[in-house]
Amino acid sequence: MKQSITLDKITKFMGFEFLRTLKLIFTGKIEKEDFRNFLRKVVVPLASMLLFIGLWHMGSQALYNTEATYKIEKALTEQGQEAADAMEACIASGAVKCQPNTLPSPAQVWASFNTLLDDHFAIRADKQAFAEKTAALNAKRIAEGKDAITYTGRPSFVDQILTSIKTVFAGFLLALLIAVPIGIVIGLSKTLRSSVNWLIQIFKPVSPVVWLLLVFMIVKTLTKDSNSDSAFIISFISVGLCSMWATLVNTAMGVSSVDKDYINVAKVLKLGTFQKVFKVILPSALPLIFTGLRITLSVSWMVLIAIELLAQSPGLGSFVWEEFQNGAIDSNSKIIVAMFIIGGIGFLLDRIMLTVQNMISFNKNDGI
Amino acid sequence: MSIITANRTTLDDNGLFPSNEVMLDLKSLKKVYPTPKGDYVVLEDLNLQIRKEEFVTIIGHSGCGKTTMLSMIAGLNDISGGNISVLGKHIKGPGPDRGVIFQSPSLMPWMTALQNVLLGVNQVFPDATKAQRNDIAKYYLQKVGLEDAFNKRASELSQGMQQRVGIARAFAIKPKVLLLDEPFGMLDSLTRGELQDILIEIWNKEKITAVMITHDVDEAIFLADRVVMMTSGPKAKIGDILNIDFERPRTRKSVLEHDDYYKYRKHLIDFLEH
Repeated sequence: MKQSITLDKITKFMGFEFLRTLKLIFTGKIEKEDFRNFLRKVVVPLASMLLFIGLWHMGSQALYNTEATYKIEKALTEQGQEAADAMEACIASGAVKCQPNTLPSPAQVWASFNTLLDDHFAIRADKQAFAEKTAALNAKRIAEGKDAITYTGRPSFVDQILTSIKTVFAGFLLALLIAVPIGIVIGLSKTLRSSVNWLIQIFKPVSPVVWLLLVFMIVKTLTKDSNSDSAFIISFISVGLCSMWATLVNTAMGVSSVDKDYINVAKVLKLGTFQKVFKVILPSALPLIFTGLRITLSVSWMVLIAIELLAQSPGLGSFVWEEFQNGAIDSNSKIIVAMFIIGGIGFLLDRIMLTVQNMISFNKNDGI
Repeated sequence: MSIITANRTTLDDNGLFPSNEVMLDLKSLKKVYPTPKGDYVVLEDLNLQIRKEEFVTIIGHSGCGKTTMLSMIAGLNDISGGNISVLGKHIKGPGPDRGVIFQSPSLMPWMTALQNVLLGVNQVFPDATKAQRNDIAKYYLQKVGLEDAFNKRASELSQGMQQRVGIARAFAIKPKVLLLDEPFGMLDSLTRGELQDILIEIWNKEKITAVMITHDVDEAIFLADRVVMMTSGPKAKIGDILNIDFERPRTRKSVLEHDDYYKYRKHLIDFLEH
């Protein structure tokens, strides 16, 4: 019983209240009000999702037809009737070499998703086989003081997702470690705030690409002699620098706009600076700081793809770019799979932050 | 009644109380706010003496400068002229010798009731052991009837309960002077009555010199030894002072049934209407 209550709480916290309604339906304890909620929160969104997929399907069909017609006509004008007929037959037969290259249909994307999954399992099995095969040899090498042989095959799609998540968290952590302390300090002092305000306003709108180049200039010099993974370092630092501004501004604002009543209480009680900051100012600024962190996390996920793409760091960004350069028949649908994965993970990250934010904040406001 | 009537005869030639009886002394107090159109004088030449163990209420029209005066006593507002002294010493800024109960409860919403009271207690009794400080905080929370809510977060308490914590917090730091800025103004009349009873009950035990702003004539009479009436601003000053000679401890019933009650009430209302 107790467990289900906490489960309810967690789902409500994360904004997945409809799960509760689903449970009610299965246990048969549904009320009229609940049913209306269920309609609004589950049936309607599902319907709109289906509508979206339907529109997408029709759109991709139309594009496919346009592209096919164009191909046939091109063959007709350039090579004559015979070639056009051959092209038409080739397209109708579904042969790979003459497929129109356009927006893939939902079915194609789903197929690519499965391909990617199969590919992942194949690579995992391969890796395992490799580890088993080299286990004895590696043990011997280590005993002799040599480096172990590592697997150098290409990463699977899932590996790339994990790398991306790792990069985002490293960047997010960096943003947190830089922005929160600086935000607190400049929030406390009016003079400092106005002295760095210009810098913040100038740096805030700078594009992720420029940050990447800047970080590249610095990191390249600093890591000259080391053999560390500089692509990873460059991308996570760039992600951190791009995304920290929301937290910085929010923290400074939260700290500087503490309710005057609380400050008066602190004054009357003659709290020391340390106590004033840690017992009064910071707790009262916490909700705003977390709002900032939530924005920071979603921004860092958003810029990550662009940065990975440019930094050649292995991850979803470079996956998308490589597929685009690849130009294989299922490349387009793989890119769209990546798009959905990126969106889904971004959504999940935001929900996690929202949950933490709701746990922290003292006025239980419902987030969006 | 006994203290008041006995002491009223001891005024010196200038109409002042002997200095060893005075807790809080405002001398030719002035407050000026500079505005683009020139200085705006809120208070001018305001003189008021408040004796030890006295409960004084202050009434006056909105915007006459009551709150300004109180926050100057608290040290939260700068003094433009004259001076304020507590036990003969000029005040410099805020301090825990002058406890304040604000109009809004001003509790830290992320702390429990107990933590809110401890925030002040820890500051004032740094040498006491943790258990002793806890006992002090719990004692006052019990006094205001919150023995079941020690560990409730302030944000979970109702307005009335929050203000009870505010009262406990103010008394727990054992100030020399207690300043109350319309503490019950935001409450409904039932809760207000309850809190007046609680306040006066603690006050009867602790006898901390208290200055309280109120808009409520009945509240002013029920709680006070003297009611100070302020003239309307700008340049507000003390208009009149009314001695309330009811016996302490008082009950609401005995005050309402007293022959002098309506006389006092009429006096105050006449002042406010002119």
